[in-house]
Amino acid sequence: MRSSGWALLWFAAGIFAIAGARADDMKLLHSERSLYREVLVYEAGGVRCICFTRFCRIGRQTCQDVKQPERIVMNYPQMMLASLFVKPEPKSVLIIGLGGGTIPRALREVVPQARIDVVEIDPAVVKVARRFFDLGDTSAVNVIEADGRVQVKRALRQQQRYDIIMLDAFDHEYIPEHLLTREFLQEVKALLAPGGVLAANTFSSSRLYDHESTTYASVFPEFFNLKRENRVIIAANGPLPNEKQLRANSERFEETFDSFGVSTRKLLSLFSRKQDWERDARILTDQYSPANLLNLGQK
Amino acid sequence: MRLALTYSIAGWSGFFVMAVELLGGRLLAPTFGSSIYVWGAIITVFMLALSIGYLAGGRLSMNGPSVRKLGIILIVAALTVLPLLLFAVPMLDSIAAAIPDPRWGSLVGATALFFIPTLFSGMISPYAVRLIVPDRSSSGRHAGQLYFVSTFGSAAGTLLTSFYLVLIMEVNHILIALMAISGSLGLAAILVRGEANAQ
Repeated sequence: MRSSGWALLWFAAGIFAIAGARADDMKLLHSERSLYREVLVYEAGGVRCICFTRFCRIGRQTCQDVKQPERIVMNYPQMMLASLFVKPEPKSVLIIGLGGGTIPRALREVVPQARIDVVEIDPAVVKVARRFFDLGDTSAVNVIEADGRVQVKRALRQQQRYDIIMLDAFDHEYIPEHLLTREFLQEVKALLAPGGVLAANTFSSSRLYDHESTTYASVFPEFFNLKRENRVIIAANGPLPNEKQLRANSERFEETFDSFGVSTRKLLSLFSRKQDWERDARILTDQYSPANLLNLGQK
Repeated sequence: MRLALTYSIAGWSGFFVMAVELLGGRLLAPTFGSSIYVWGAIITVFMLALSIGYLAGGRLSMNGPSVRKLGIILIVAALTVLPLLLFAVPMLDSIAAAIPDPRWGSLVGATALFFIPTLFSGMISPYAVRLIVPDRSSSGRHAGQLYFVSTFGSAAGTLLTSFYLVLIMEVNHILIALMAISGSLGLAAILVRGEANAQ
């Protein structure tokens, strides 16, 4: 009787301690309401993150180790950077979706010769990336404030071409629906230089996975699928390299990736061509793009 | 019969306007994005077109109003949606090329595509009020009933389109279905027996 009372007391104390620690631990550094969303910057356990919803419902958009900012904390930017194994010497890179700027920051180190354009729709995110995520000033990375698709069309009209294009635009739910259609991917493919490479950050759960996969397959018949919690698609405007070429290319980056705390070997093992989706899932088009509704359904 | 048709047309027209408005967002997104200002441009155009449609419809009702003419307005509104099916993409792309700012681009694009069909749709309600009001003392009640039917239709059109229709059909197919329903209702109004005009 007595002992169970004590146990209860200890239990309650424990809860208080945990709750206290969490409240203490997760510090809100900054919040602002932008035209599109709420942009929140949290810090917890020495890691600083951007969230678009109060409780980080779909997780953190982007994170950075405060003490070692060069370390890449999350899986998906590592997998996005693995696109360099397919295109090791890009002269130009277009990134759609800035977030905390993890990817452009890393690219600046790895391929300093490349011109890096980043499209970000939300001026508040650009501000936060500069202020809290050490993006630096305008000279290093060229940030264009625009809708991703509007900018892709504009670049096509100006007859620009990119060696690597990375799709990493997310809102609080998922990828905006007009950035997830066959027509958009055709525009992106047209914007790739011959032999250019596309890397796209997507999720790997939910019913949408099948639709997304067939949509990519309708524009890029073959692509690499890299899966952890996220799924990164790496496709090319041309033939994909074989395993030997991939390994040879990856070895060039071993040292720099090491300094980010990223193992090229581990990344290399993620490359897969297995088509693990429902092949007859309906393709998403500008005419049919209920991505967020499909995302609600469980796989 | 004529009364029922008049109410049906008003309710359906409300459905039609909101379905087209939501699909308008879909049509504009590939060219201008789906930011709040794109929706702002679309809603502005719809509101402006409706307001002018109300004026025009009220005016038109002064002149020998009939259920048959109401049916014709409904059919014209549906026909003016046809350019959306045929030219929306090239039209929007050339507007985007000419106007780099997506705010003004989407405003011009929305005007080009949606102003005319929405204007005709706006004519329906005041015209229908004229057809159903028997005398002055009950005019408020009848107008209220008509607003109810029409706005209820709008709510239904908004919900069905955004929750379900986009999940099962392509944008153009939804538009064709909307036009077909408008066409049948309009035709029914034209063919309804008894040519008699409203009192």
